[in-house]
Amino acid sequence: MSAQTPTKLRTRASVAGPGGGMAGLALFAALLLAAPLWLPLIGSYTDLGTRLLVYALAGMGLNLLLGFTGGLSFGHAAYFGLGAYGTGLMLQYAGPNMWEAVAAGVLLGGVAATLLGSLVMKKHGIYFAMITIAFGQMFYFIAVRWNSLTGGEDGLSGFSRRPLTFPGGSLVLTSVPFYYFVLFFFAAGVFILWWVLNSPLGHAMVGARENAQRLEFLGVRVERLTWVSFAISGFVTALAGSMYALLNNFTSPLDLDWQLSGYFVIICVLGGMRNFWGPFVGAAIYVLMQDYASSYTKNWLSVIGLMFMLVVLFFPRGLLGMLQRRKRA
Amino acid sequence: MEVLLFGAFNGLIVGFFYALMALGLSLILGLNNVINFAHGGFMTLGGYFAFTLVPFVGFWGALVIAPFAAGLLGLLAERGVIRRLYGRDPLYSMLLTFGLALILEDITRTTWGPQGLPFAIPDFLNSPLSNIYFFLTGYRLFVVIIALVATGLLFAVLRFTRLGVCIRAGNADLETVASLGVNIFFLRAANFTLGIMLAGLAGILAGGQLGLTPTMGTSLIMPSFVAIIVGGAGSLIGSMLGGLIIGVAAGVTGMYYPPASEVVIYLIMALVLLLRPRGLLGQEGLYE
Repeated sequence: MSAQTPTKLRTRASVAGPGGGMAGLALFAALLLAAPLWLPLIGSYTDLGTRLLVYALAGMGLNLLLGFTGGLSFGHAAYFGLGAYGTGLMLQYAGPNMWEAVAAGVLLGGVAATLLGSLVMKKHGIYFAMITIAFGQMFYFIAVRWNSLTGGEDGLSGFSRRPLTFPGGSLVLTSVPFYYFVLFFFAAGVFILWWVLNSPLGHAMVGARENAQRLEFLGVRVERLTWVSFAISGFVTALAGSMYALLNNFTSPLDLDWQLSGYFVIICVLGGMRNFWGPFVGAAIYVLMQDYASSYTKNWLSVIGLMFMLVVLFFPRGLLGMLQRRKRA
Repeated sequence: MEVLLFGAFNGLIVGFFYALMALGLSLILGLNNVINFAHGGFMTLGGYFAFTLVPFVGFWGALVIAPFAAGLLGLLAERGVIRRLYGRDPLYSMLLTFGLALILEDITRTTWGPQGLPFAIPDFLNSPLSNIYFFLTGYRLFVVIIALVATGLLFAVLRFTRLGVCIRAGNADLETVASLGVNIFFLRAANFTLGIMLAGLAGILAGGQLGLTPTMGTSLIMPSFVAIIVGGAGSLIGSMLGGLIIGVAAGVTGMYYPPASEVVIYLIMALVLLLRPRGLLGQEGLYE
């Protein structure tokens, strides 16, 4: 028990909002709930908030594996993109039910992650990364080459968000209602991650990251832990991808591309990958930068590339990691 | 039969590009312990350097100088930033080279334009050698010869020079090599440069065959990762073999069912990981 307590404390503490504590979490939730009200006041727009939620959810999903279990996945765009394609294809070919479309995307991406996870779970470190990124690219080529189904290089553009139908009527998902639609799924995804991390399973995952050998000696099968973490992480990232397809009413092979996988990793590192909310902070910086840079420069690749290098060289702990450290010191 | 030969030979040429890339990546992976995502960027630059150099020094001059120019740039990157991350979580060196890859692609695009450029090769290399096997052009044979010569040189360096012995020893145990008085900072820099020079050479050869585009490196680096996994980590010959196998497989598949020509190499990778997780010639237990 005494060995377990510090980990427990650490994960518990890190689950609170960026400000820390229950009060911080409540304030954070209030800010998210009121976002469509205050975003226009600071010269922004609701869809930007929605995009932030999508990237944050994808990053937090990846971070379960990357930051808490220690599996270097550089291929999570695959599950994100499969989530997007699953939802898009369902709406385009099968029917207008939004819930079914989301479920289809989550299942497609999640099951793919579960299957591929079984192939990589035994590998470590950079080899793990190389296999995940190579497999990720497989789905990119399937999407590009299966023209008749996916629209090939041009992407899938024949679907759009449908109204939500209730027994008593229906709700058209314009910008603001759609934000709440995404916020609902964001909260669900975050709750699942929080619940996993605070369960014995989650503690074992952190243990696998810190000292896999010791865990093996205790009789825990580390590769299975990696696999479970990979699968859950894939399901959550696929959920984010599904939301992304609905946000844009469009999906293309770029949503599966390895560059996007790299962006997800930097989102985690930028915010602080040892911190539950780190990827949220990273996603906020990333989304704002993308929004700002795309209107001022054509050299977006250099901007983001430079950011990769600066973060790695000067802020390897990420923003929240740095803040926490300062607080302790 | 002819279709099969045509596909296989086409694939073999592409396979040699993969093999050269995978060799360089594998060298760097082994000693520097870095997945060099920027490898494709350096490769592309090698091709474009040659394109720019041809009017001044001719094709043959460019063929020799451009790999060194790419290698020099690689050396600068290694000395400047990559070496700061040795010994830290490998995640960071991967992110660094990832960022570098994005920057290199952007630089190429801004300098030479987003459209593809034709890379002129000498006329006598461009003529078919045989009437029946029309695909057997001089240039393709040339690619095979140059790739084999470069690989032969690399293995000769690794086998017979002091530098090569140190690199091989460092792959096995870098700490011991350091304690024997070898300057491992120099060793890692030299090894990285060697890897990038191979990428530069691949860029020139691929430019002559496929044309130059800013994204050519990106499209060749993924199969090179697959080549390393199929061939097995820790084995240079494995990486080379892996590159040739997936090249031929993609080429042959492309003849019979073109949409699957890329996907097939990933299926091969999945099969290898299922049946022989360490790869064809990989060391047992490495990265497990």
